[in-house]
Amino acid sequence: MDGPPKGGFSFDLCRRNEMLVKKGLKGPSFLKTGTTIVGLVFKDGVILGADTRATEGPIVADKNCEKIHYIAPNIYCCGAGTAADTEAVTDMVSSQLTLHRYHTRRESRVVTALTLLKSHLFSYQGYVSAALVLGGVDVTGPHLHTIYPHGSTDTLPFATMGSGSLAAMAVFESKYREGLTEEEGVKLVAEAIRSGIFNDLGSGSNVDICVLTKSGKKYLRNYEMPNPRTYVSEKGYSFTKKTEVLMTKITPLREKVEVIEGGDAMEE
Amino acid sequence: MTIQQASFSPYDNNGGTCVAVAGADYCVIAADTRMSTGYNVLTRDYSKIRQLADKSVLASSGFQADVRALQKVLEARHLTYQHQHNKQMSCPAMAQLLSNTLYYKRFFPYYAFNVLAGLDQEGKGCVFTYDAVGSYERTGYSAQGSGSTLIMPFLDNQLKSPSPLLLPAQDAVTPLSESEAVDLVKTCFASATERDIYTGDKLEILVLNAQGIRREYMELRKD
Amino acid sequence: MSIFEYNGSALVAMVGKNCFAIASDRRLGVQLQTIATDFQKIYKIHDKLFIGLAGLATDAQTLHQRLVFRHKLYQLREERDMKPETFASLVSAILYEKRFGPYFCQPVIAGLGDDDKPFICTMDSIGAKELAKDFVVAGTASESLYGACEAMFKPDMEHEELFETISQALLASVDRDCLSGWGGHVYVVTPTEVIERTLKGRMD
Repeated sequence: MDGPPKGGFSFDLCRRNEMLVKKGLKGPSFLKTGTTIVGLVFKDGVILGADTRATEGPIVADKNCEKIHYIAPNIYCCGAGTAADTEAVTDMVSSQLTLHRYHTRRESRVVTALTLLKSHLFSYQGYVSAALVLGGVDVTGPHLHTIYPHGSTDTLPFATMGSGSLAAMAVFESKYREGLTEEEGVKLVAEAIRSGIFNDLGSGSNVDICVLTKSGKKYLRNYEMPNPRTYVSEKGYSFTKKTEVLMTKITPLREKVEVIEGGDAMEE
Repeated sequence: MTIQQASFSPYDNNGGTCVAVAGADYCVIAADTRMSTGYNVLTRDYSKIRQLADKSVLASSGFQADVRALQKVLEARHLTYQHQHNKQMSCPAMAQLLSNTLYYKRFFPYYAFNVLAGLDQEGKGCVFTYDAVGSYERTGYSAQGSGSTLIMPFLDNQLKSPSPLLLPAQDAVTPLSESEAVDLVKTCFASATERDIYTGDKLEILVLNAQGIRREYMELRKD
Repeated sequence: MSIFEYNGSALVAMVGKNCFAIASDRRLGVQLQTIATDFQKIYKIHDKLFIGLAGLATDAQTLHQRLVFRHKLYQLREERDMKPETFASLVSAILYEKRFGPYFCQPVIAGLGDDDKPFICTMDSIGAKELAKDFVVAGTASESLYGACEAMFKPDMEHEELFETISQALLASVDRDCLSGWGGHVYVVTPTEVIERTLKGRMD
């Protein structure tokens, strides 16, 4: 059963887990990205944006996670939904595209990524819950798509997704126009993300931006950090009582010896 | 065919966190000012703290409509008390009244998590902490609401109070000075705001001492 | 009740200056009844790599066996130990393979990398990696731990201070959680030594 993985999902614990749920035990909750993710098409390409909060229920699990995933050198993808699914699905497509590039010796196209993503999601009937904003520039020009967990897709000049999508879309609907410059585009994307960060509790922390043009990409990680910690005590804290230790075991670590093959040491 | 019916849900949770710390001659009580529902912020400037009498202050999180109704009942009862006794209600008396008021609605409770704090008849700080149906206890410090699970361990660590089972009974007040207690409360909220999505925007701190009541504000994260 | 709360656990890892610490409680319970009070939840993968598994104990042990097996295969093939980053990806892949019938456990991984750079990370039960620069937590006491660590953690601590901080955070948190407690296990790993300590805690 173990050994080199063959790929695909394993369902061998499903029966047991179903039995546990039937006995009245609640199933697990997964890490979600409550998320605001956006993208827009500007004069010379595409800009993607995302917040950096990951939540598990009402608790912030990660304050600075990365939601703009690499697909290909000219294609990136923002992910919302179950964190494991967005990560796995984008990694999988990215690896397929790499092999495809080696095979064809051509730059990947955004539609190829789109088709791979939607056909995977469609075949799992929405159970792989990834909501994506896919953007890139290829030989046919700039492209922006949204992909829903069930596999349906849209092609749009500007798009938002996740729990903060309405807050972000409000900004886009009032301020987006055709032929934005890069500077204007980045400013608008940052504003849309900030709108999600501040008005949607599922989104928060920092603004990540990725600018994709014909000439290359600019990944602006933590482009804005509008939420620093507001208070740190000047004095710091001392602990009233030291911890009581029952047992201590100290194991010194040995230096690893490097063996250089074919070196002088082998000569007789 | 299965029978369908519209479900009526009379409760909501508006989130928020309340903390109170009692000292030898002062009392600090604090709450954030965010009111939210689901993933939406309703307002960033809603006070969860209400002064019920000269020396007792109530901070409540939970369902703010119920909280408001509860506050109105307590205020009305306190007014009657003033007419009948010609004095302000003491904090321990207010604590008992709050407990009775909550238990009166045992089977359709106020969805409110309360911390009542103030100064007792001797001018010592006191904190009373409640569940939704009126079970209460006098403690040296307390946290209630959405961020309480995050704050409580740290308060335990810094202010560990003597066991209530010890004989003779020990004072539950904390050994900190007033400014140290305010500093501690600020740290608690800054930490809770980092991890609890329902806590944030602004912190309102009330300090009660022999001089009277002082109010302070501190900014919290707004995301 | 959630299946994650069946046995009860508290796990935390923190980063210090060129070192890291990983700590757990010692209780194994079946819901509210305590079964064992010296239960190991932190496992050594190699000298500078540890994994803590919170959640359902039976799944944690099974998963640990599979991880040891895979790490041994790697050692045989590569003639070296796994880097913490690589190991985290392995754990993530093993968990995501069971996306629709998961192991009910949440791992915490802590290790020292090539140039003794500390690495900590946690995942949910289906392998969504969460990398952090400061601290990570897991288990039934996770909310308490978040609060305690957020208030107590300072960057760049030396290993003695790191030990005191992680111990205080752990003990403060498990005392507010019914399902974990009975003291703690703490491992502090520096480039030259592994310091393993057992903590005294409340026994209720």
